[in-house]
Amino acid sequence: MAAEDQSQTSQSDLPYVLILKPPPSFVLFGDHFFHSPNFQYLKAYESPLPLPHFLHTHAQSVQALLSSGGAPVTADTIRLLPRLGLVVTTSQGLNHIDLSECRRRGIAVAGAGTIFSADCADSAVGLLIDVLRKISAANRYVKQGLWSSQGIYPLGYKLGGKHVGIVGLGSIGTEVAKRLEPFGCSISYNSRSKKPLVPYTFYPNVVELAANCDALIICCALTDETHHLISKEALLALGKDGVIINIARGPIIDEKELVHCLVKGEIRGAGLDVFEHEPDVPVELFALDNVVMSPHNAVFTRESFDDLCKLVVGNLEAFFSNEPLLTPVALDDLPHFSGRKD
Amino acid sequence: MESIGVLMACPMNPYLEQELHKRFTLHRFWKVPDKSTFLTTHCNSIRAVVGNASAGADAQLIEALPKLEIVASFSVGLDKIDLAKCKEKGIRVTNTPDVLTEDVADLAIGLMLAVLRKLCESDRYVRSGKWKKGNYMLTTKFTGKRVGIIGLGRIGMAIAKRAEAFSCPISYHSRTEKTETKYKYYPSVVELAANCDILVVACSLTEETRHIVNRKVIDALGAKGVLINIGRGPHVDEPELVSALVERRIGGAGLDVFEHEPEVPEELFGLDNVVLLPHVGSGTVETRKAMADLVLGNLEAHFLNKPLLTPVV
Repeated sequence: MAAEDQSQTSQSDLPYVLILKPPPSFVLFGDHFFHSPNFQYLKAYESPLPLPHFLHTHAQSVQALLSSGGAPVTADTIRLLPRLGLVVTTSQGLNHIDLSECRRRGIAVAGAGTIFSADCADSAVGLLIDVLRKISAANRYVKQGLWSSQGIYPLGYKLGGKHVGIVGLGSIGTEVAKRLEPFGCSISYNSRSKKPLVPYTFYPNVVELAANCDALIICCALTDETHHLISKEALLALGKDGVIINIARGPIIDEKELVHCLVKGEIRGAGLDVFEHEPDVPVELFALDNVVMSPHNAVFTRESFDDLCKLVVGNLEAFFSNEPLLTPVALDDLPHFSGRKD
Repeated sequence: MESIGVLMACPMNPYLEQELHKRFTLHRFWKVPDKSTFLTTHCNSIRAVVGNASAGADAQLIEALPKLEIVASFSVGLDKIDLAKCKEKGIRVTNTPDVLTEDVADLAIGLMLAVLRKLCESDRYVRSGKWKKGNYMLTTKFTGKRVGIIGLGRIGMAIAKRAEAFSCPISYHSRTEKTETKYKYYPSVVELAANCDILVVACSLTEETRHIVNRKVIDALGAKGVLINIGRGPHVDEPELVSALVERRIGGAGLDVFEHEPEVPEELFGLDNVVLLPHVGSGTVETRKAMADLVLGNLEAHFLNKPLLTPVV
């Protein structure tokens, strides 16, 4: 770390925000991305010290922590930071943070709120249309020069009139439903609880939802309860004409079973932005034209990153000025998040 | 009706072909080695032509078939049919409107998402193994982008309705302003292009709309603008579009149609902001069956002296 410059003595008065690993925006734009004149960053990843030693050294200075999906905030880390009052995450998901431990310690958590919901929903719909209408596969076909020589391209499947089942009708699920309605899709959903004012059909469990729809779109959080929620049973219930889209978290689907079903034709196709062991992707999927994949980039647009920058800086500045957080996460009614990085 | 000769212009749908063969004496024009001899031999038995977006009934074919009574197109587009000649000779013309509106509109939105969010390129990135080395680049958000539609007919309206659900402000250009809609009207395509982020071609191809997207329009659309064509290839000045894309003077394109299908300019193959499809706008199992049934229904109605289902002429 650079030695402190005498001309920047005011800098040393600024409160510290700890960063364990560089978030994606730092990698893409440099480490000035979440800059503020009102606080400074303490970058654990730039230190040669092992993390627990580093945390011991700086324990008294750290009141806030900036986390991203690839940098889990475990109970162990939290226990080494007695003055920690806030965890801000750059991701939509919260599964990498031990929220129970935060609640126990009275540590506030600030999330992404709904800034990513539109992009996530757009990805989900884009993947669904791509899988049904074979957009990526046909684009490959044309760009390989095959259209002239090989005649009529295989037909896709109509989206209009399809029954779409949304798993998790939160902010993202609602945006997906809103977008699919004018396409003539009938929307149904499964959620932890039925939503009273919503015009869509509720199914009490995912297998029943799958059995009654042509496309499943996964929009829920990864928790201990939703791990492998989409099991072999759900996939078989979805059936040979069924499509699954996952823009949530890889471990919500039993990936081995999913691959098996796709290879055997037990389901029609899949659109996947997330996987169980990113960035590893099952190689069997590469041979399949009815699978469309993306590298966990459902929220990776310039616009979302600009919004994220304002939100992260806004939340941290609010915290250090004792003002209300912009996007606090309610820690009362929590499903169990064990803080595993999956 | 087995003695009625029907000429099918090109391969288009196995089910349709099968049904035509069952009900009529079907002649497959693409299998005929010597077309002019064939026409001379069979001209008195052919009473119907079934065409599509690739091949229909031009003046020459119509003149060669003196007993032609009806041209049934397996498409909604009529640009391959000499409508004036048909009118002149009292030949009926039918097409397949409405049944394909949703599929074409769905594909337009699918192309917008694919181009802006680089879905095809993201898929390619994962398949190449590059994700292990790092994240893919940032893409462009679709929600909220201004969508400009050329032609606010059935397909244009269906595109507008879908794009609205993504909070996209809608504007359009049409031959006449549609006062019953709330969308913003622009009296020229150049003005429309200058005021939108995504320009979609959704009008029919006529003499007037050939090259409606020309160099001026492409320049007005600009370096951040995206062109989506689900109409007909000749709507766009293709060489101008290709050079604009290669020179990065426009932001990207999603194209389902081309001037000389199935030929596609190879300069486009390597561009990551371009998505190319082999004219699949209505290409779903469900819709092609509905289109085929409409063609068959129109032919049956005609030969039974009943009202045509979807007459154009």
